[in-house]
Amino acid sequence: MKRGLAAFAANLRNLPATVRQSVIRRGSSGSARNSSLAVFGNVFLHLHATRIHRRTLRFTATMGLGMIAASAFGILCVTGLLLMVYYKPSTDLAYDSIKDIVTVVPSGRFVRNIHRFAAHIMVAAVLLHMARVFFAGAYKRGREFNWVVGIVLLILTLGLSFTGYLLPWDQLGYWAITVGSNIAASPRELTDALGITGWFDPGGFQKELLLGASEVGQEALTRFYLLHVVVLPVAMVALLAVHFWRVRKDGGLARPDEIRTRSGEGAPATDSLPTAPAEAPHKTYGLMCVVADRRPATDLDPVDTVPSWPFLLRAELLVFMVTFFACVALSLFWDAPLKTLANAAIPENPAKAPWYFLGLQELVSYSALMGGLVVPALSMLGLGLIPYLDRETADAGHYFAGRPGRRIAWLSALFAALFAVLAVAVPVNFGWLRNWFPDIDQLVIILVNPGTLLTFFYAAWSLIVLWRSGSTRLGAIALFTCFLVGFVILTYVGTSLRGPNWDFYWSQADWPVH
Amino acid sequence: MSDRLKPEPVSRRDFLGTAGLLASGVALLGSAVAAMRLPRPRALPEQGRAFRIGRPEEFPSGTSEIVPGRNVLVLSGPKGIAAISLVCTHLGCIVSPASGGFSCPCHGSRFDQLGGVTQGPAPRALPWLAVRKAPNGMLVVDGSQEVPPGTFHVA
Repeated sequence: MKRGLAAFAANLRNLPATVRQSVIRRGSSGSARNSSLAVFGNVFLHLHATRIHRRTLRFTATMGLGMIAASAFGILCVTGLLLMVYYKPSTDLAYDSIKDIVTVVPSGRFVRNIHRFAAHIMVAAVLLHMARVFFAGAYKRGREFNWVVGIVLLILTLGLSFTGYLLPWDQLGYWAITVGSNIAASPRELTDALGITGWFDPGGFQKELLLGASEVGQEALTRFYLLHVVVLPVAMVALLAVHFWRVRKDGGLARPDEIRTRSGEGAPATDSLPTAPAEAPHKTYGLMCVVADRRPATDLDPVDTVPSWPFLLRAELLVFMVTFFACVALSLFWDAPLKTLANAAIPENPAKAPWYFLGLQELVSYSALMGGLVVPALSMLGLGLIPYLDRETADAGHYFAGRPGRRIAWLSALFAALFAVLAVAVPVNFGWLRNWFPDIDQLVIILVNPGTLLTFFYAAWSLIVLWRSGSTRLGAIALFTCFLVGFVILTYVGTSLRGPNWDFYWSQADWPVH
Repeated sequence: MSDRLKPEPVSRRDFLGTAGLLASGVALLGSAVAAMRLPRPRALPEQGRAFRIGRPEEFPSGTSEIVPGRNVLVLSGPKGIAAISLVCTHLGCIVSPASGGFSCPCHGSRFDQLGGVTQGPAPRALPWLAVRKAPNGMLVVDGSQEVPPGTFHVA
């Protein structure tokens, strides 16, 4: 009996240590082995490699953009859950519940602002991350599939933003979703022109699926709420896990050949991170796999690598904190918009979508089908296929693939800017086909408009670059640069230069007063 | 001949395994397709598309009036009474009367006084809706029945 008590007392004394041991299952010393185990033995952290290349931590290697996007998503999940405590997804109650959140709920306005700004930051970071990965050629050498996953994540991000837009049930969201759902119905433009809508109506099918009705109403709000808080976030989390895990499985961050091997030659020596610590054992853990290389990968010391724990995680925490700080700071000074209650009789004028859709809205103002569905679908398809059509392996990990790529990128940017400006300036100053030929056939309007012409010229330009340079990588750079510059310019025009009735105004001060 | 008739030797275990796999696949695929039927409503929740607008005397010739809550303009002219939908055929915004016709606030489509497209991305003219007289003498606009532009209801 006495022995039992003694054992009990000893166990009680050791309680903190045994609990800690049972949770983290590793020693507390800072040895390299323990650093590896910290990552290796944790279901969340093991999305990381246990050791990463020194270069991964340099700012210019990633600019932290992927992590900014992921951080913003995390912030959105937490603030979204908080907003769900009070939000009521009903057309009668939604607007008032948002009003309550803004005016009555403790720190509700602040949390809602953070949610809005984190969404802005997430979209911007995802787009910039895509550009960074593209220009670094980091979609090559086994990373093709992860690029495609990234494109799907971009679409999910835009989908989350779009569905969230309706939830306040104010004028802004109501009309944006009315416009959006009619874009889904825009194949009718074509089927109407061909006179087959009666028995083949994919546009109507898409719209009904989205809205559950013929107009934006309670059914639509329920569906968008479901998509926004369950379907899309769950899909996002699942694909993010795949995305992160593949970064690790595809060999970590893409890096140039000359610093690929263990020699470390060419590796930047500007940082002061400890590499290959003296006490590092030959192997950090006993898991081996077959690698695609001409030499056996055994016996390689982890030269030029640093343990993920703590270096990578510390860097990630820093990026997260900066993102969080940005959201909080912005939320202190600016409020998320909330217009008047949705009114099905009076549209907002101008009725503008969120900024990242305004480039599309500019294209939509020429043809809903082409600008809203065909051009975006072709863009996403083109983006997704890039790694499969450009399979050159040289220069992966080099921004712009060196000097020729940089030259092509500049030329393409100039070309794209010129044509994007023309695509806006010509219709604004001279009108378009319908002004010149009032009785023109709708099919011609659908096929020949500034949006389709722009897409055509961008594609033609890339093919010319491809043909003249003989390099698919340079062709891809030309296409992507055109896409990016066109997107930025059209977004700017849609955001700043379009006023009531989608008329062109150099400044908001020129808008007519009404 | 006898060769072709002789069945390939498939072990019972392989056959059952493959059959089970196929059956599961078909069942799951069928369930997925059947589940996709659910989000498509069989009946659309909406108010009746036909509605009363009043007696013919309330619309003297030469006037036009927007029916409250319906986004329909009732035109009254020497030829009779007509109803034009104010929902833009481009992306569903509500057009408003402007000089010489209608203009859409969303993407700049413009229509003439009879709803014909004069400018912008709208793929077709504003729809004209059927107007008829109910037995009690009230005028009824039927939003589900489109008529050719220029069709007036003669009182």
